[in-house]
Amino acid sequence: MSRRDDSPAAAGEHADERAPRGPYPPTEAMLAEPVPPELQAAQAERLRKAWETPKGWRYWSAVNNSEVGVWYSLTAFCFMLLAGLMALMIRVQLAVPENDAISADLFNQLFTMHGSAMMFLFAVPIFEAISILILPAMLGARDMPFPRLSAYGYWSFLIGGIFVMGSILFDVAPRAGWFMYPPLATEEKGPGSDIWLLGLSFIEIASIAAAVELIVGTLKCRPPGMRVNIMPLYAWYVMVVGGMILFAFPPLIAGDFLFELERSFDWPFFDPTRGGDPMLWQHLFWIFGHPEVYIVFLPSIAIAAMIVPTVARRPIVGYSWIVLSAVGTGFLSFGLWVHHMFTTGLPNISLGFFSAASEAVVIPTGIQLFAFAATLMVGRVRVNLPMLWIAGGLAIFTAGGLTGVMLAIAPFDFQAHDSYFVVAHLHYTLFGGMVFPVIAGVYYFYPFIAKKRLSDRLGKWAFWLIFVGFNLTFLPMHLTGLLGMPRRIYAYPAGLGWDWLNLLSSTAAFVIAAGFAVFLVDLLRPKSRQPQIARNPWEAGTLEWSHDVPEEAWGARSVPYITKRYPLWDQPKLVERMDAGRYYLGDAEEGFRETMITSVIDARPLQVQRVTGPTWKTHGAAIFTGGAFIFPTFHIYWPAILCGAIAVGFIIWWLWSDTARPPEKEMKDVGLGLSLPTYASGPKSVGWWAMWITMLGDATAFASVIFGFFFYWTASPDFPPPEALDPVAWLVGLAAAAMALAWALTRAARSLNRAGRLAAARGALAVAPAATLLGAGALIFSVLHMSPTAHVYPAIMWAIMVWVVVHSGVGAIMQLYCLAGSLAGKMTPRFDADIWNVALFWHFHALSALVACAVLGLAPMVLT
Amino acid sequence: MRLTGAATAAAAAALSLAGCAGRQSALSPGGADAAALGTLFWVMLGGAVLLWLAMNGMFFYVTRVNASAMPRRLANGMVIGGGIVLPTILLGALLGWGLSILPDQRQPDDGLTIRVHGEQWWWRVEYWPEGAAAPVVSANEIRLPVGERVGFRLDSDQVIHSFWIPSLGGKMDMFPGRETYVSLEAEAPGVYRGQCAEFCGESHAWMAFEAVAMPPDAFDAWLDAEAGAAAAPEGGAAERGAALFAREGCGACHAIRGTGHVGQVGPDLTHVGGRRSIGAGRLAATPEAFAAWITHTDSLKPGVRMPSYDHLSDADAAALAAYLAGLT
Repeated sequence: MSRRDDSPAAAGEHADERAPRGPYPPTEAMLAEPVPPELQAAQAERLRKAWETPKGWRYWSAVNNSEVGVWYSLTAFCFMLLAGLMALMIRVQLAVPENDAISADLFNQLFTMHGSAMMFLFAVPIFEAISILILPAMLGARDMPFPRLSAYGYWSFLIGGIFVMGSILFDVAPRAGWFMYPPLATEEKGPGSDIWLLGLSFIEIASIAAAVELIVGTLKCRPPGMRVNIMPLYAWYVMVVGGMILFAFPPLIAGDFLFELERSFDWPFFDPTRGGDPMLWQHLFWIFGHPEVYIVFLPSIAIAAMIVPTVARRPIVGYSWIVLSAVGTGFLSFGLWVHHMFTTGLPNISLGFFSAASEAVVIPTGIQLFAFAATLMVGRVRVNLPMLWIAGGLAIFTAGGLTGVMLAIAPFDFQAHDSYFVVAHLHYTLFGGMVFPVIAGVYYFYPFIAKKRLSDRLGKWAFWLIFVGFNLTFLPMHLTGLLGMPRRIYAYPAGLGWDWLNLLSSTAAFVIAAGFAVFLVDLLRPKSRQPQIARNPWEAGTLEWSHDVPEEAWGARSVPYITKRYPLWDQPKLVERMDAGRYYLGDAEEGFRETMITSVIDARPLQVQRVTGPTWKTHGAAIFTGGAFIFPTFHIYWPAILCGAIAVGFIIWWLWSDTARPPEKEMKDVGLGLSLPTYASGPKSVGWWAMWITMLGDATAFASVIFGFFFYWTASPDFPPPEALDPVAWLVGLAAAAMALAWALTRAARSLNRAGRLAAARGALAVAPAATLLGAGALIFSVLHMSPTAHVYPAIMWAIMVWVVVHSGVGAIMQLYCLAGSLAGKMTPRFDADIWNVALFWHFHALSALVACAVLGLAPMVLT
Repeated sequence: MRLTGAATAAAAAALSLAGCAGRQSALSPGGADAAALGTLFWVMLGGAVLLWLAMNGMFFYVTRVNASAMPRRLANGMVIGGGIVLPTILLGALLGWGLSILPDQRQPDDGLTIRVHGEQWWWRVEYWPEGAAAPVVSANEIRLPVGERVGFRLDSDQVIHSFWIPSLGGKMDMFPGRETYVSLEAEAPGVYRGQCAEFCGESHAWMAFEAVAMPPDAFDAWLDAEAGAAAAPEGGAAERGAALFAREGCGACHAIRGTGHVGQVGPDLTHVGGRRSIGAGRLAATPEAFAAWITHTDSLKPGVRMPSYDHLSDADAAALAAYLAGLT
């Protein structure tokens, strides 16, 4: 999708009126012209006022990336510390054989929560948090394109995280392991599995929201002139990882959807006695789970890719190689999942294929690491503390990578799988490929965020404690595993050769903890008497280090014109001119928060985006979304539905009041003689891109549900069972026709509105929801006679129906939203972003509804 | 009499199977499969250590030893040589060799198959000699003839387990509603410990068993005996134990062939006294261990379906233990 540039034809006849006007790119003479000091001061004052962070208790209504990013990072870090404490309790229990310090049941909750929290509450969110914090600065942007979406994502994450983590205090935490294999997890008594499923689904949705925002931010919010081939590597990684989240999380969400339907309503998706198959979960989980490993690992490489050139004082060597490798890793990571299932009895041919695919990923990973080495080689290296952490991480990660090469050989995995060897391997990859680089990033970016430095001395202490402690804890585990110790056992008999190894691991775990304590002290110690840093303390070359000291909430004083990969090194006078407001958007005449929107490939200026400011609406939306997910955990449904409705209400209110408002003037002067539109719709607008990207994720989830249908068909001999009832064909046909009609009306409404035929557009928008509901109703009635608890065949049909019906509800709300917008004058022929986005939603929805109807209506004929 | 947790643990430790490091080790092979995988491991380990040293040595060199600028051509060459050429050759070779081992690990059996059915948290075991019409039923212990490839047909009751005897070969998952297969061959007589490797619930930790590899003749004799009904043990305590077994309703869950007890919920106890361990590898099969097990199932194996018969007096528990230990 990144190849798709904005086509002028798509925007219709008004495109020219809103085309950017004035000279671009700026000439050196234009840039050399000084800005009068009085004007500079007045501009700075207006910008400061527009970007002012709310004070007092209103501080928490902030949505700016610099606030939300800090909260997000700290919250994820706290969850990491809690999950680390759980790991310490696990190690205490395993210190000696036959120990009973912790009960089996609590132990099982602890390791389940340790893994789940580290993955879902730390590893993925910390990437998004750090990216929200630093990405706009790297791109010279003032903010993310959808600040309120970040805020909504953050509050959802906080609520969901506290809910999931808190469950362990009430002894109801999930206890079936972080990959929740059914039937163990489906048959689990108590709400544990539901807490895992619903709590984490809620957080996954927040993660996807952040991923959409980061992708759009990278594609559309770069500074003028920053073509894709000169953007910081970090931005490339954000895009790759964002894309991976977009395609990896949906299969898990689809799995969660089926799983929760089984837990709540006894639809037998994973119950072999009624045609279900626990293997479907394993596939869906690991189609998510393996990309997840790289979703966690690549951002850390991204941090290294920022630190290494600074240390080498040279541009990165092999920029294109690294980009291609990152993209290649992203693609390959979706073809490896079966190596988590080597011992499930799959045919040798599959094992061989996935062994080879798993080994293949070594190559792009290796290229990235060797490119760093090459950069250090050609540079004049000046080692600093962040680099020490990167080097330590590399030492650990390469060891983890090499054990990964071993594990990918299927026959060896027959021995090592589910043993402590795997525990050692995964901790080596995650500590080396994630924890160390993230801490390196904290040391590196702390001066950027806090304008103070962390202590070199404490940083080295923390490094050596964690590094030595880590190796003493996890290196022995390789041997423990080969001596036969399975993972996830709460106790073990003496005399199997495991005793001293476990005691060593347990003791050394406390050395790691001591290292984290030192790090924490350094992070939290008061620094008010410490002097502020000089600007760009590491003498780095990328834009984020152009930020003012002391800090200003506006981010970039003016949005620069970029021509180099390392502008701070290679574009003389850049910072001086940014500070003077010489570049773009150096003013906020109207008092709005604004950032630049540029074209996808070559970053030509396209539009000024008015971004939203502080609000409480996102809190309301997050709290009630939380309720909609948390109540069903306890099988309480009416309050959940009510919460869901209120959450939708909040979101509509937020959208209605603050997005796609017709601006007070259509064009504005952004500086350097350039005049840009303040409004865009369709492919020129960020909202449309966000919809596109979101719908790709949504379509992936739907495809995963459909995959389930065909999985049962191919894997199960009694699918459909001989006496099975089929959906009512004519109702399915009616549903398809009604959905097609609703789609056509929506699409027509877009054109009619654009053409100024408002009455016809409103008519179409009024009839469309009726057609939508007719289609949804027909679909419901087509399967109503089939009992979803009887067999997986009716159950999966019902699941497909539920998916389409829920989306139809959303689609109908969108149609009505546009109708209301048209009636209220919010949506006009010239200002029609809403209907463009809704029509785009409907393209996807109509397609999935037709696929659903084809499966429901045609499959019975094909299968029998 | 209810032991505290710590006391139970101490008792369990004392009663645990006499340890012998290596009985559950993938690095102390007792069969060709494990030996091949062991060799694979040692070779890969050697390669991994060399590569690790090379890679990190290089990083150390360019950051600490020679921090000055080196030629660009060398750097480019390293990205291509180290990132593409070298791994392609090494991984190609490793895959060729490693995957060639794969078919050996799934060879068909020589005639004897053993059906193992995973339960929470024990093993239902059926021996199916070639051409047998009905199996010899046992539990929680596997005996196999040395020098003969034995097929294991695996499935499970409710949740997923995994069947693993590290000294004999790799593991294979056990699914409800689906049969998986693995074959193993012991080359030397001995006792190897196996354990469930897939997390299967609260007492996953205590789902183990022993695999006893015996000379073929001895195995045949043992199997004949195992197929027979139980011989009622003699002696006052044991006879009183038999009566207690009936009175306490043990037969509702446990079968003892040759008596009226035909319960199928728990492990078959026909020859339980002849096994090396009880409670699925939990304790060595001594009379004291039987008594401890019967009265403290809950603390020895949390969540187990068998209730603790802690209302039994010490004497009654000892009598039951004598009976069960006598069922050889």
